[in-house]
Order: sequence, then C-alpha cells, then structure tokens
Amino acid sequence: MTKALSIRGLRKTYDNGFEALKGIDLDVSQGDFYALLGPNGAGKSTTISIICSLVKKTAGDVHVFGKSISDEPAEAKKFIGLVPQEFNFSNFESLWDIVRNQAGYYGLPRKLAEERTEKYLKKLGLWEKRHDAARMLSGGMKRRLMIARALVHEPKLLILDEPTAGVDIELRRSMWDFLREINAQGITIILTTHYLEEAESLCRHIGIIDQGHIVEDTNMKVLLKRLQKEVFIFDVAGELPDDVTVEGFDARRVDEHSFELTIDKSLSLNTVFERLTQAGLQITSMRNKANRLEELFVGLLAKGGDTQ
Amino acid sequence: MTLREQWIAFLTIVRKEVRRFMRIWMQTLLPPAITMTLYFVIFGTLIGSRIGEMGGFSYIQFVVPGLVMMAVVTNSYANVVSSFYGAKFQRFIEEILVSPMSNSIVLWGYIVGGVARGLLVGLIVTLLSLFFTELHIHNLWIMIAIVALTSVFFSLAGFINAVFANSFDDVSIVPVFVLTPLTYLGGVFYSIDMLSDFWAGMSKLNPMLYIVNAFRYGILGVSDVNVVWAFAMILCFTAAAYVYCMYLLANSKRLRQ
Repeated sequence: MTKALSIRGLRKTYDNGFEALKGIDLDVSQGDFYALLGPNGAGKSTTISIICSLVKKTAGDVHVFGKSISDEPAEAKKFIGLVPQEFNFSNFESLWDIVRNQAGYYGLPRKLAEERTEKYLKKLGLWEKRHDAARMLSGGMKRRLMIARALVHEPKLLILDEPTAGVDIELRRSMWDFLREINAQGITIILTTHYLEEAESLCRHIGIIDQGHIVEDTNMKVLLKRLQKEVFIFDVAGELPDDVTVEGFDARRVDEHSFELTIDKSLSLNTVFERLTQAGLQITSMRNKANRLEELFVGLLAKGGDTQ
Repeated sequence: MTLREQWIAFLTIVRKEVRRFMRIWMQTLLPPAITMTLYFVIFGTLIGSRIGEMGGFSYIQFVVPGLVMMAVVTNSYANVVSSFYGAKFQRFIEEILVSPMSNSIVLWGYIVGGVARGLLVGLIVTLLSLFFTELHIHNLWIMIAIVALTSVFFSLAGFINAVFANSFDDVSIVPVFVLTPLTYLGGVFYSIDMLSDFWAGMSKLNPMLYIVNAFRYGILGVSDVNVVWAFAMILCFTAAAYVYCMYLLANSKRLRQ
C-alpha cells in the first residue's frame, strides 16, 4: 500500500550554513498516528515545513500518498492539512472568514465550503464565536481554530506541530479525544509534541529526531519494551533513617518520608514488596518517578550525542 | 487543481482583498477623497483661477486627470504592499503557501485586489472633481486602458515592495520617497512645455510623466508625450514586473526559506 508519507535522503542547509536535516528517511503508513519527537532545534519543524512547502529542501525526496512535493506539488498539497506551532491567521478576520477562505484556497465550491466551515467550527466548539475576530479568542480556542482550518478541505494527512502547547489539561484531553476520533475515521496523523505523555497516549509509531538525524523510528510498544529499568518513588509511614537500605536494590532517600528505588522490569513487584517489608519499611503509596517514554527519550538522545 | 478550482481560489483571494479594504474604508477610501478634494479646492479653485489656462484648458481641468491618476497609483500600490506584507508579518501568508494554488493565481488575486481599490478610489476622486469642473472624455478606451494598466503595474510594484519589506517602515519608504516625488514631478500640476529644455528632458526619464499624460490625453485630448510610446513603455514595465513577481513567488527566500 502507498505510504501516507515517504521521505528519502532529506537534507536542509539554511543560508547561514546551519545543517538542520542531514539526510533523513522516514515512512508513515496510511491511517497511522505517528509521533515525531526531538529536542528544540532537532529538525522537527523543518521537516514539517518542507513537507508542507513552507521551506525548500536542499536535497532528497518527499512523497505524500505517492505524489512528489517537487513534481506534483498541487496534488501532494491537497492531501495535507497543517496545524502549525505558532498562530498564523489574520487577527482581524472572523473565524468564519478564516476557515471559509481556506476552503476557497483549495477550490471548494461555495456551498460545500460553507457546509464544511459550519461542520468543523461546530466540531471544534467554535460555532458560537464564528462572527468574532480571531484576536478575541483565548489561546486554546486559537489552537482549535487552526485545527478547524486544517480540516476544512478534509485532508488525508493531518500534521500537527505541537498542537497542545500552552493548552490547559482539560482542553488537552478533549483535543486528544478529537484527534483519536478523526484518526479512527482514517485520517493519518503526524504529531510533534514536547509532552511525551501525549505521544505515548495517542501514537502507535514514533520517530525521534536529533541534530538532523532520525535516531529512532519504530512501533511505540516495541520502543517501550526496551525500557529495562524504572524508578519508583515510595512514601513511608514514619521517618526514614538517613541511610535507606533495601537488599538487592539501589535505594536513595528523597526526604524524611520518601525514597526512590530503581527496579528491573523483569522483577515482580511482589518480590520488591517482600524486600521492603524485610527492610522494615511501611509503604503508604508509590508512583512512577518519570514518564516511561521520557526516560527512553533522554536515553536515546544521550546515546545519539555520544556517537556524534 | 482543475480550472474551476483555480477560479474559485482566485475569487477567494479577490473577495478577501476587497472585503479587507472595504472593512477599513476610513483608512483606505476616505483619506484620498479628502486629500483630493483639498487639491481641487486649493489648486483648482483658489490658486487655479489666478493661473489661467494650461494646454488650452482651465487649470482645474488640466490637473484633474493627474490627480485622479495619482490616487489610482498610490492606492493600487498601497493596497497590495500593506495587505501582502501584513500577511507576511502575521504569517497567514502560510495559509496560501500550503494550499495547492498556483503562483499565478496568488499573484493575480492580489493584483485584482489592488486594481479594485485603485479604480474605486479613482472613481470616487473623479466624481468629486465634478463638483469643481466639467469633464469631457476625449477617448474612453485610451482612458480605461491606461488606468487599468497603470493600476496593474503599481499593484505589482507594491507586491515586490511587500516581499522585500522587513518592517512596516519599509512599506512606506517607496510611496513617500519615490512615488510621491515622481508623481509631483510627473506633470500632474504643470505642462513640461513650461520647463527649460534641460528639465523637460530630465522629466522624460520619469515614467509617471507618461502615465499622467496618457491618461490626460484620454480625457482632454492633450499630452506632452507620444501616447503610443507611453503605452509601450507601461506595457514593458508591467510585463517585466509580472515576470519578476512570479520569480519571487517561486524562489524568494523571504517567502520560503
């Protein structure tokens, strides 16, 4: 089956000599929910901007549903909907005009454009605000406006560049639900985010980009299985001694009521609790110290940094 | 995109552009109407009555074509430069750049927006001039052709300015330091017959002289320059500006890095 996105040997060197992409290869299957992660300046936004024709590539090939962005740009662009990282709409236009005009830019006839505008403004909870100027919206509403605008021509590939940055938790969760819903309808989604919990919760595949290289491109479950150790924080009843010792584990005191323990994933939690009981510790609660994906992410980037 | 889709996309840009300048009519339509009315009152009625005839017409009849053309030029230019630079500044030019529209459709959308404002202001100024003098049109087709072509050329020039502008200051530099002096020295208020040979020759290097005189010929039937030569020059400038604008849309790193 044709890939939703296929990138081969993509390079980008800016005029100031900065090499943002150093020959990346990437495939995203149709219907996938793909996370593209990486630290600031890694090349995520450059990659997305090249796919959407906002930045010119230095070398390489990009195909969207089999259409080359160089040879058949109009056909390739029709497949893509972009939700950029920064707000990029006219602050003085109404929501209706912004979304309706975008439909026009894709050649949608008037009646269909208006139906779609209504449909997506309602879906994103913006219908009541349709006559307001965009500058009157809250940050979360502005993000939703950009999603409605990106969907109005009903693209097959939706690219979201940090769509939940600065959005409160409740709204973030509702956006997740919405993205899951449209992905279930068959829209391929590529997401960049700094919230690794978001990527872990939503995405089936993950690509990690660092210093212009793809350092990981795999299935989310496969990636998480590679995590050998996890760090848990335990809270105890009473006060802890200065030197916490648990036989067979690396234990570190956090404060007088809590300590952290590094646990091999192959070990059962029953064994862990037996050892804790033997150590005379009364556990009142426990939690994961860090997001699992975050640990892997940091580990992979550190490894990539060592090799370059 | 099919031809019909391209047509819809083109109309979308034009509608957006027209709505933009109509929405802010106090900034776009009213100022030229007031300024030109003051010109008609001061140069036409108050001072003009003491100047007497020029080129065989009363002074106000002589200056009206130039003033109308001045309004068309500045408004066509201002519409495109401010709209396109505004889109660049607020980054909503990306709405257009990510869409499947061809570059020529984008450019023509902005040109027609600029021409619409230029011609509307030109019409308003012409109607206002009728309160001060009578106008008899010598050649309607020359008048329409020259005003349309001039409006297209200055819309293209505004587009080039917008692509290169890095700030709102850059948007006003060309109108203030280039367009206005060239227009004032382009025979709007006088015939170059009044100048010495040297300055008359220098004036012939000013493209505004050809534009103003060709338009004056369409209305009054008099011109300081050959009208055919004026048309040829404006056509060449417009064609060159169009090719350059298309080049910028395809290659400029100020639009796509």
